[in-house]
Order: sequence, then C-alpha cells, then structure tokens
Amino acid sequence: MQARPAHIRNPVKIRGAEKEQAAVLTPETEIELAEMLSAASAPLRVQGGGTRPIGRPVVGEVLSMADMRGIELYEPGALTIVVKAGTPLADVEAALAAENQRLPFEPMDHRSLMGTDGVPTIGGVVAANVSGPRRIQAGACRDSLIGVRFVDGRGRIMKNGGRVMKNVTGYDLVKLMAGSYGTLGVLSELSFKVLPGVAATACVLLRGLDDETAVAAMAAALGSPFEVSGAAHTPNGLDGDPVTMLRVEGFEASVAYRAGRLQALLAPFGQAEIETGLAADGGVSGTDTGWKWVRDVDGFKGKDGDVWRISVKPTDAPELVAKLDARDVLYDWGGGLVWALVPGGTDLRAKLADFAGHATLIRASEDTRARLPVFHPEAAPIAALSAELRKQFDPKGILNPGLMGGEV
Amino acid sequence: MEMPTPDPAILAKKSAVVARLMSVLPKDAVIHEEAGTRAYECDALTAYKCPPMVAVLPSTTEEVVAVLKICNEMGVPVVPRGSGTSLAGGALPTADSVILGVARLNDVLETDYQNRIIRVQSGRTNLSVTGAVEEDGFFYAPDPSSQLACAIAGNIAMNSGGAHCLKYGVTTNNLLGVTLVTMDGQVMEIGGAHLDAAGYDLLGLVCGSEGQLGVVTEATLRILPKPEGARPVLIGFDDNETAGACVADIIKAGVLPVAIEFMDRLCIETTEKFANAGYPDCNALLIVEVEGSEAEIDEQLGVILQIARRYDPVELRESKSAEESAKIWLGRKSAFGAVGQINDYMCLDGTIPVSSLPYVLRRIGEMSKEFGLEVGNVFHAGDGNMHPLILFDANKPGDLEICEAFGAEILKLCVEVGGCLTGEHGVGIEKRDLMTTQFTPEDLELQMQVKDVFDPAWLLNPAKVFPLEASASRRTLAA
Repeated sequence: MQARPAHIRNPVKIRGAEKEQAAVLTPETEIELAEMLSAASAPLRVQGGGTRPIGRPVVGEVLSMADMRGIELYEPGALTIVVKAGTPLADVEAALAAENQRLPFEPMDHRSLMGTDGVPTIGGVVAANVSGPRRIQAGACRDSLIGVRFVDGRGRIMKNGGRVMKNVTGYDLVKLMAGSYGTLGVLSELSFKVLPGVAATACVLLRGLDDETAVAAMAAALGSPFEVSGAAHTPNGLDGDPVTMLRVEGFEASVAYRAGRLQALLAPFGQAEIETGLAADGGVSGTDTGWKWVRDVDGFKGKDGDVWRISVKPTDAPELVAKLDARDVLYDWGGGLVWALVPGGTDLRAKLADFAGHATLIRASEDTRARLPVFHPEAAPIAALSAELRKQFDPKGILNPGLMGGEV
Repeated sequence: MEMPTPDPAILAKKSAVVARLMSVLPKDAVIHEEAGTRAYECDALTAYKCPPMVAVLPSTTEEVVAVLKICNEMGVPVVPRGSGTSLAGGALPTADSVILGVARLNDVLETDYQNRIIRVQSGRTNLSVTGAVEEDGFFYAPDPSSQLACAIAGNIAMNSGGAHCLKYGVTTNNLLGVTLVTMDGQVMEIGGAHLDAAGYDLLGLVCGSEGQLGVVTEATLRILPKPEGARPVLIGFDDNETAGACVADIIKAGVLPVAIEFMDRLCIETTEKFANAGYPDCNALLIVEVEGSEAEIDEQLGVILQIARRYDPVELRESKSAEESAKIWLGRKSAFGAVGQINDYMCLDGTIPVSSLPYVLRRIGEMSKEFGLEVGNVFHAGDGNMHPLILFDANKPGDLEICEAFGAEILKLCVEVGGCLTGEHGVGIEKRDLMTTQFTPEDLELQMQVKDVFDPAWLLNPAKVFPLEASASRRTLAA
C-alpha cells in the first residue's frame, strides 16, 4: 500500500488550558496513524477531545484522534461494545442507552472542573482511566476495558485483550494502556464490557456529619450486603452544610428494600432521608443530579485554586484532609478518593508528608504543573521500570514526552 | 509439547547452587535429592513431567529475595509455583531450574473490615482467604474450581476466574496491591489499600503475567460483604441453540445473575450417573443463580423464568430451599470429577463472544466426529468462557496427540469467532505454541519487550507463554 502523507490540515484552534496550536495531525484510519507515528521524529501531543488537559505540559505538534470515530460492533446480548478511540463519549453512551445499557464505571466529565470545552472522547476516558462514583462497586474504567488496539511509538499496530469478558491470553497490556495518558501508544480501538441500565435509584442521605463520622458511616454502608453503588461526602453541600450520600440502584422493589435497610443500619449516625428516582421518569430526579454533582466535582465549579485528587485508604482520609487547609474538599469512593481545592501553587504533597496512597495534580497553571510533579513520584525501582517501559513502547520519545514525568 | 533442552553448564553447577541456597535458607527449605524434587515434577497438567534441579520453600519475602539474587547471579532459571494446580503447565519445571514454591508463605497479615481489604502472604489458599473473613460476613470473590488447594500466588499469576465472575470479576478486578520481588532481588510495593495506580498500572500488568515478571510474596485483596442469600434455577432445553439464545436474553433483560452455567447432554448424563442430582433428560441445561434478599431473589428469578418460558423449556426448576439449591449445584460441581471417572480428559478454556455459542457448539460437535473423540461441554455461559472436555484414553498410543490436535482446533475456532485461547487457566506451556493464532509477531514482540524490562536475562519461568521459537534468542541471553 502506498504510504499517504500525514495530514497537515489548515490551522485549527485547539481549545483547552494549553496554548493554541497551529497544525494538527488528524489520522482517519489506524494505518494512517501508524504511518504518522512511524515517520514522526519530534514530540507529539496526543489528544482526544482536549477536554482533560492533565499532566506536565507537553510541547509538540497536536495529534488529534477526533476523526477516528465510530462504533465498530455492539452486541447487547453479549454485553460488549467495540468503538474507535475518537468516538465522542456521548455517542457511546447514547448507543448503550438505546439498548438500556451503560458503561459500568460512570466516567466523569472534566469540562466544568477544568474550564474546557470540546467533545470528550472514549479514547480520552481510557487514556486517563476516568471513573466516577460507581468505581467502588463496578470497578474503574480499566476494569471494564476488555480489549485495546493501539499504535506504539515505532508505528507498530498492536492489539491486546479482545472482545470477550474473560481473557488471560498473554500479558494484560489492556490495563497498562488504561491510564497511560498516551505515553505508551496512541489508542485506536477499545472494547468494553457493559452493564444493564438502572431501572431505579435511591439515595440515602445523612446530614451534618463531620468527616470522620461520615467515613465511618460510609464504611458501615459499604460493608453491608445492600450493594451500595456510590458513597460520597461533602462538608459543604448545596445548602452549605455537610451531606453524606449513599446510592443503591437496581429494580424498583429491590432498591426500596435496600434503601430502607440502609436507613435502619445507619440509625446510629442519625436519621437518614431517602430520595428516590426512576429511570422511567427521565432520570433527572434529585438523585441523578446529585450524583452527577459528585461525579464532576461540581462543588468546585467557579472557585479559584488548584485541584488535587488523592487516592487513599478510606479511613486515613479525614486525618489527611485535616492537614490540607483546603478551600473545599469532596470525598468519593467511601472516602478512598478525596478531591481538594487549595490555593494556586500549593505543594499539597509537602503537607501530606508520607502517606499510603497517591496525589495527582489535576488542575493548576502550566507553571505549577511544570514545577510540581503532576503524578505522584514513585519509589525508585518502580520509576525505573516505568521509564524502561516507556523506552520500549516509545523509543523515539515522541508520545506526550514528559506528560507523566520522567526525562523528556 | 516441547521444552528447552536443559543447559549442561547449569546442571554441572548444581552442588554450588545448592550450597549457596542452603546458606540463605533453613536446611529443610532446600530440596535437592531426587526423591524430594519429584514432588515438584508437574502441576495439574500431568501429561508433562520433569523434576527440577532444586526446589526451595522460602518463608519470608527476604528469603525470596536471597534465592532470586543467587539464581540471578548464577544464571539459573527459576519457576515460581503456588500450589501446583495449573491446568496449563504454568509451574512445569525444566531439569536445570529451581522451583520456588510459596507454600510456606501462608499467613494472613491484616484484615480490615472498615476498608474491606485483607492482606495475605501469597501462598495462602484461595478458599482460606474467604475462611479468614467469612465469620464476620465477608468473602473473597474469585472462586476457581481448585479453590480448596490453589494459592493466591497462582491466582495472581494466571488472573484466575471462577463461576461467579460474571458479577464480581476475576482476580485482577479484586487485587489491590502486591509485594513483588523481581529477578534481581528488588522488592517493590505496587498498589495497596488505596485504589488505582499513581502512574502506570503495573499491578494490572503483573496480574496474569504467569510468574514471568516477578515473584509475588504478599497481596492486598478486596473483600466483599456476603449477600443476604442466593438461589439458583435450573432450566432444561431441547438443544444448545435455544439455551444459548436464552442466555443472551437473560443478560439483555437487565438481570445480572452471579452465575450462568451450561452443561450439554454428555455432561448431564455422565454427572447424573455419578452424582444423582436428579437432572432432567435433555440436551442442554442452564443453572442461573441470583443473589439478594428473599424478595429480591424472587423478583430476579421471576424475570428469568418469564424469559425462559418463552423458549419452551423441557424443565424449569426453581429452588425453594437450601437443599434444593444444593441439589441443583450438585451435578454441576461434580461434572469434572464425573467425567474423570469414566475417562481421561483434557479441559480446554477458550472464551468466545456469547453470541457465537450455538455456532461454536455445533462446530465442536462436528469436529468431535472428525477426530473420533467425544467432547462434553460444561462452562460459564454468561461470559462465554467454555470448558470443552475432550475424552481420550491415556493408555492408548497416539490418543493424547489426537486429543491435543483436536483441542488446538477448538481453540483456533474460539479465536476465529472473536474469542481467545484462554479465559482463566493461562497459557503456560499448553497454549504457548498457539499464541500465533491470536497474536501477530509484533503483538508478541511487544509483550516480550515487557518481560525484557522486568527480567532482562529471561530467567523467570522462561519457557512459558511465548512460542519457544519466538523467545529463543532471549532465553539464551543468560547462558
């Protein structure tokens, strides 16, 4: 096959937190993508919809995957969907909703938090391993991802995993690619395990709890057999007071039963209220709005400061938060995920000192992201392995070099 | 199945290797007499046997470090071993290798119900992890059939599944952290009680790497609260196609059973003779189990039964009591044993898209006639993980070879319809040479490059996973 020249398109404005870029590489097929990467010798900024500018700033020409879109295969009876990486997330979700199915991991929309616009792509979701409140029950994005196709830094087309739910054939590069932010390869096609849609939702609410009590209440709920699919706490709810939220989902009668049992179980923590919502009512009840608020960290919307995302053992969270002196915090995943809003330029890790877990700087100025490691520094032997993996996958150092750290 | 020729230079330094291993381990933890090493000559793939040069049984991470450092320095291959229940030959030694068994690493280090985790040493058996927490209402979800014996180390190496992974996922979805010792003796803490990785998902990479990237000595596992109850329903059909269509409809309906198990006529009849579970006389049988409170179970089973009735089942049996539930599961749980009573068999593990189930079952039936060997099918239908059991006679010359050739054809068929060679058993030596049917040379090259990063001299379990030809130049690096 005759090699086609890389598409150098007319100037296109890429909006986002980064500076506007002039030229864009926009492959439309995997083969084109492979040819571009094989020919490339200078750093590239790999982009889906450009709505999640996370990581150390990268200088380089933009490689946009937005033109590689489309659903390749969807088998509702097998709970699997295969899509091209540049497919808008909304298209994937709409196709699933039409069959009353959904992505299990409830991916966050970063736009309001990051102040970006543009169209989030499924490839971007995977590259950043984006998961929402349901992560504690249904797993992360990486847990639902069952297959990938990608092009590595040498321009080799690779596949790993497939479109079946159980697959242990060879090494699991699927997990490795999820959350590698385009530094190991450019994702071209993704397969997911999906789940049936939700008929009914209930939210069990406790008000006025301090952080430590809230985490204890969430632990009690998550330790019950009532299949909690969301457990979040904010010291500053919509009315300014603390709210602790627990979600159950499923068939209507079952949801009512489990919400009632949770209410009884949580009696030692206060009189819980129950809010319910039905998918049949359009899903815009208070419960869905509330969980979208948690998912997208809407409480930080319009507030100045840097945003950090801290992954910890849930019971450690309140003590760590107490050290932060944060402007605002949000606990998700039963306390295992803490979002913190702090004054711009704060080295939050210095305040946390040594702790079991990791902190990622999600939103900050380019200066701050150039100065502070965005991703949590790893122990030396693990950092060495990561650097060596990067070298094997991208020997030319062209794929988002430095975005996750390491030498550029 | 071929294994590499033992390296005479390594065999020649056996006494020096033994002496150095004895200097870092208790005397009874180094097994080097033939009478002792024979116990490690195979795993559950018993068709292949070869005693290792030495077997060691370290009791601490420090001892594992010391062993690996010595073997690394001396250029001796190491084959990690959990409990030796691999059906794929994952723990098969070569004559010039050191078996590193984790059986003595069997402590529970921490249970934490607030955070729903348990930290164990990796030689702990799967079932005993649940055993450690079940009195307090928790369990560890992955439940491979060998769970009474198999070790967490082996579960992590093979990313083991089980009957209940339709709802709870496999090992990789329930593993939060490991202590990994690499071949050069470095100790790494990957993951922990928190979720997700700080950088690259090395935990996801290590899980399922068949002991080729490092030796896992400790693991942090997610434990879950036990459901209030569980109950199965048994549904019999006239043919496989109808059963397959019913499975797809149940899944589409929005019910998420914890298990959907399938058995064909050969397995139904064989287990019926063996276990007397009272299974109906039919061609295909489904066991569907759901969980929850009594009312929730009724609601879910109601949906399932309504769907099943549309397909004109020859039998519909809803369990009303614990005894009836046990009886429904009895046949399924004794299926492998029952088939083993009447014949030698080879158990395959290919996975296919659920939609291809009827086609693949029909093709297997046709191939069974072509190869002249009978096949029974018993498997996890909800996730397409098949376990065809090919019956053969180990005492009949040539039968094993025909069986292996037949098995290879079935696995190729699985790949052809969009599936894979192995859903939960692993590649080991058994499927090693079939890897080229699923992967391009470049796919395999990149995976081998990953091993290069963790184990540059290719000393850890080197003759597994990749076709020998593909890995040849790397495996001779150490020599």
